[in-house]
Amino acid sequence: MSRAPDAQPAIAVSGLRKSYGEHEVVRGIDLEIHPGEVFAFLGPNGAGKTTTVEILEGYRPRDSGEVSVLDRDPASADGQWRSRIGLVLQSCTMPAELTVRELVELYAGYYPHPRSAAETIDLVGLEDKRDARTSQLSGGQLRRLDVALALIGDPELVFLDEPTTGFDPSARHHAWEVIANLRELGKTIFLTTHYMDEAQTLADHVAVIVAGRIVAQGTPQTLGGRDRELSNISFTLPPGSALSELPGALASSSRVGEDGRVHVSVNDPARSLHALAGWALDRGDELGDLTVGRPTLEDVYLRLTDGQEHQE
Amino acid sequence: MSRGAVFAHQFRSDLARFWRNPQSRYFTLLMPIVFLVIFATIFKGHTVADGRRITITTFYVPGIMALGIISATFVNLTQTIVTQRENGEFKRLRGTPLPASIVIGSRAVVGVVVAVAMSALLLVIGKLVYDVRVPQSTMLGLVVSVVLGAAAFSCVAFAISTRISSAEAAAPAINITVLPLYFISGVFVPESQIPKLLRNIATVFPIRHLAQALRATIIQTHGSGIRVTDLLVVLAWGVAGLLVAARTFQWSPRGD
Repeated sequence: MSRAPDAQPAIAVSGLRKSYGEHEVVRGIDLEIHPGEVFAFLGPNGAGKTTTVEILEGYRPRDSGEVSVLDRDPASADGQWRSRIGLVLQSCTMPAELTVRELVELYAGYYPHPRSAAETIDLVGLEDKRDARTSQLSGGQLRRLDVALALIGDPELVFLDEPTTGFDPSARHHAWEVIANLRELGKTIFLTTHYMDEAQTLADHVAVIVAGRIVAQGTPQTLGGRDRELSNISFTLPPGSALSELPGALASSSRVGEDGRVHVSVNDPARSLHALAGWALDRGDELGDLTVGRPTLEDVYLRLTDGQEHQE
Repeated sequence: MSRGAVFAHQFRSDLARFWRNPQSRYFTLLMPIVFLVIFATIFKGHTVADGRRITITTFYVPGIMALGIISATFVNLTQTIVTQRENGEFKRLRGTPLPASIVIGSRAVVGVVVAVAMSALLLVIGKLVYDVRVPQSTMLGLVVSVVLGAAAFSCVAFAISTRISSAEAAAPAINITVLPLYFISGVFVPESQIPKLLRNIATVFPIRHLAQALRATIIQTHGSGIRVTDLLVVLAWGVAGLLVAARTFQWSPRGD
């Protein structure tokens, strides 16, 4: 991102805590999000994502910690502050009796300097549905209408709480285009999601929250030391050969996994592959199912969250 | 936009939503007329109210007006508030700069406007079909009673909405509140046929007082037609509702 290094953060959080009764759901988190950044907040259900977002949006009081959103404490937010943020909540029903255009124009009337309603409807790709009642829209279209309502006030900062949950793949890709358009407009975007590909595609920075604590922060490329990890080579051992016959160090570092394939992690993928390929060709074998990969963001996420997604 | 312009902007939208919703159209606009026609067809002759002998239709027109006002405000508004709270619409609106007073006020004013229109419609039907006339001297009293009744029942709607936890529960909760009261408050059944005990119970609640206030403006041949005591009881319920609502009103869905 191109920005002045000393730019005032759009969102600054330190030591944020929140309990519901005995249960502490946010346990001291720190965040800093800069203007123009797309920030993805990742975590399993029940990890404290929505509670955190709703504190930042001014919906919930906090127990302790410092929170500044666009230089204001959201706990004492007023209409002037609200006119600078846009939000898409985790769920919201649209008024069934109004058309897309009527609803967008209604919301435009709430803001001091709204965007054009027609342009905003185009931006979210609902131009064909402009005069349709909201009751005639699909789930994905309703979500995009929700995004249009979040943008109509021309906000500096947009909160999107799980904007694509429940979408089919094509609706998700459409929604990603919309969010990518927002980045072009220079908006700061705070996104929560539990889809790794979404964070990978959209975000400049990600933070992973597990059980109320942030366990990793960084870019999608470096999260959890992902950039420093070894490459994984995997293949099926040719018939009539044994692990011990593999060339060089591969003979001792390779393991046969539960899938029956050989797995080996290396820090010199070119050299190791060269040796392996030479060995196979000498034997007259093609290693037809050879794969070389790096840990995906999903691999890193699953390791960080340690199966929590399934406990919820 | 100025605050007044934003209010007008919101009001137009809320009124359009009311008009386009088949449920509110049927229950709020059509049902009172259906009730009036049914009661005026089943029951014939005369009854006694305020010590006067009046035609049965002179009894029913103001009674059904009370029902129309309560449908437009209390019934419709409670349903609207609970539904829009539970489906997250209110919460979303709280995330915009729109002042809370406009979110609430616009919906209440829609109810009052519909109540006034409904009352006028019932009066016209009463005059044309059943020859029930309002003396000119009491016209002001009638308008005051309609508006005050509509405002008070709107306030009670805000209070009771806080006690209802889901949109599905709203209709049964509202009906169990108003239907028995319609029977004992002189809306469905002439008061002369209601046992004293039930009439005394009805006296505690505002429906009987609103019906009496409206009826007085039609059967009184002189004076302003304003029944101060009845209107004060209705007003007291409205103020109590407002106080309860101010302390307990919720923007977010239950369990949020």
